[in-house]
Amino acid sequence: MKDRTIGGILLTALAYFVALVMFFPILWMLLTAFKTEQNAFTIDPHFLFVPTLDSFRVALEQGSGYLHYALNSVVSAVVSTLVGLLLAIPAAYAMAFFPTKRTDFTLVWMVSTKFIPAVGVLIPIYLVYKQLGLLDNLAGLTLLFTAMNMPLLVWMVYSYFKDIPKDLVEAADIDGATTLQTMRKVILPLALPGIASAGLLALILAWNESFWSLTMTDHTAATLAVYIASFKSAEGLFWAKMSAASVLTVAPIIVLGWFAQRQMVRGLTFGAVK
Amino acid sequence: MSSPAVAVPSRGKPAKANLSGAPVRRLLAPAVIFMFVWMIVPLVMTLYYAFRRYNLMMPEVTGFAGITNFKLMFTDPTFWDSLINTLVLVGASLVITVSVGLGLAILFNRTFAGRGVARTLAIAPFFVMPVVTGLIWKNMLFHPVYGLLAWVFRHLGLNPIDWLAQYPMLSIIIMVSWEWIPFALLILLTGLQSLPEDQIEAVRLDGANRWQEFRHIVVPHLGQVLYVVVMLESIFFLTSFAEIYTTTSGGPGTATTNLPYYIYQSAFFQYDIGISSAAAIGAVILANIFSIFLIRFVAGNLNTGSRR
Repeated sequence: MKDRTIGGILLTALAYFVALVMFFPILWMLLTAFKTEQNAFTIDPHFLFVPTLDSFRVALEQGSGYLHYALNSVVSAVVSTLVGLLLAIPAAYAMAFFPTKRTDFTLVWMVSTKFIPAVGVLIPIYLVYKQLGLLDNLAGLTLLFTAMNMPLLVWMVYSYFKDIPKDLVEAADIDGATTLQTMRKVILPLALPGIASAGLLALILAWNESFWSLTMTDHTAATLAVYIASFKSAEGLFWAKMSAASVLTVAPIIVLGWFAQRQMVRGLTFGAVK
Repeated sequence: MSSPAVAVPSRGKPAKANLSGAPVRRLLAPAVIFMFVWMIVPLVMTLYYAFRRYNLMMPEVTGFAGITNFKLMFTDPTFWDSLINTLVLVGASLVITVSVGLGLAILFNRTFAGRGVARTLAIAPFFVMPVVTGLIWKNMLFHPVYGLLAWVFRHLGLNPIDWLAQYPMLSIIIMVSWEWIPFALLILLTGLQSLPEDQIEAVRLDGANRWQEFRHIVVPHLGQVLYVVVMLESIFFLTSFAEIYTTTSGGPGTATTNLPYYIYQSAFFQYDIGISSAAAIGAVILANIFSIFLIRFVAGNLNTGSRR
């Protein structure tokens, strides 16, 4: 029911206005990224200017190390998601298709680990990692991301498996397929869209993760979060460069996030809101 | 491995009983073991350290500390500041994100041209890395001279504010809210879109006005959704870290030191594993107060039918 009354038009205008206010800091970052450093750091902000790609060039040039951190971010996000799925899919499969008396407990336990604050486990993990030489180590960081996303992945994949009729598993079973065959040939193709969206969400969360990267890595395994955070002492000197680096870091995730909206609600609320 | 008492009732066929034994356990085990090693073992270790004398600068001092760490923590004014700051941050951000999020959800629940675009723009902040949020706000918006807000204030004839120095906690709350309003909006909007249309039609026919409709249909339906938003956000707000790390570093003084930041500082700057572990146990307990309700809710929802 489209509303063409004055009130309706005002509400629509208000919606646009609020959307712009919310988006504005991102827009401002985007604009600043296309400025020169002199233009970026002025008392009266420049809204109209000749855009330049200089800051991007500076942000990406050899000495900045951007690509090193970007590679770490890509590897840790992608590998942690893949390892997470590799562990979560069989677990979710077992719980969805062969529930036992303990399944509910296991599932709730898995979900509840998501609610343990990271600081609650930070100190032992830091000390053990130090002992094992896993500090500032990409594998160590990646495994932490996996642990962080596991509850979400198990839950989401489980909920997608629940949508698939059990009869399919039983039929394959009667035809003599092994558990692995049934999972790979029958169930996975059906659940693929769901699994993909669970993976996408895990990827976004791992990419944006800052707590573990800031505390457990220094340079070798540092991700973009650590790189961007290093600008915190750069008072006004590198605003354009900082913005350019931030845009390169944030833009792909915002785009992916727009695709993941619906699944995000389902995943982040653990199915409580559909 | 066939156990007759397998809990797969109704359609249970004998063939299936074979599968609920070892193979299923083998499928489940890797994930369970992984989570046990990465979450439960460290949690138990934190609890252990909380009762130990353990300072990285004094490796020779070891041994059982009893409740000394907790005593020291409770007599540390910084701990109390951080506890209060945590509660203020959680409370204020909750009020802001839920009320603004609800308003926006109602606004975006109407049909209008370009709604998809507007909604997409409005939820974008949620996907911004918290580190980036901190730096962009600190530098380009909050800066007392070169920031955009200072420029706006000057144009309005007001004195520019040095946000992070004068109103540090408010600044953090603004940043956290900016990131999480989209989350509240998205979830509440999903909730609104599953409103019982027939009930709304019915009360409209009965002559209910907009307010009554809101009060008696929308609010009860949204109650559940709000509950979930509040609980989830509380747990996330309790662990805010990157926004503080990149902007105020907990200061000025202890003005923005929250519990995670306090733990981070006592572990990484004072090297006191005992006290920081005691505080970490405090953080876990605080989070549990919220998550117990949430987990109970999730568990209750577990088997109430799969969706669609």
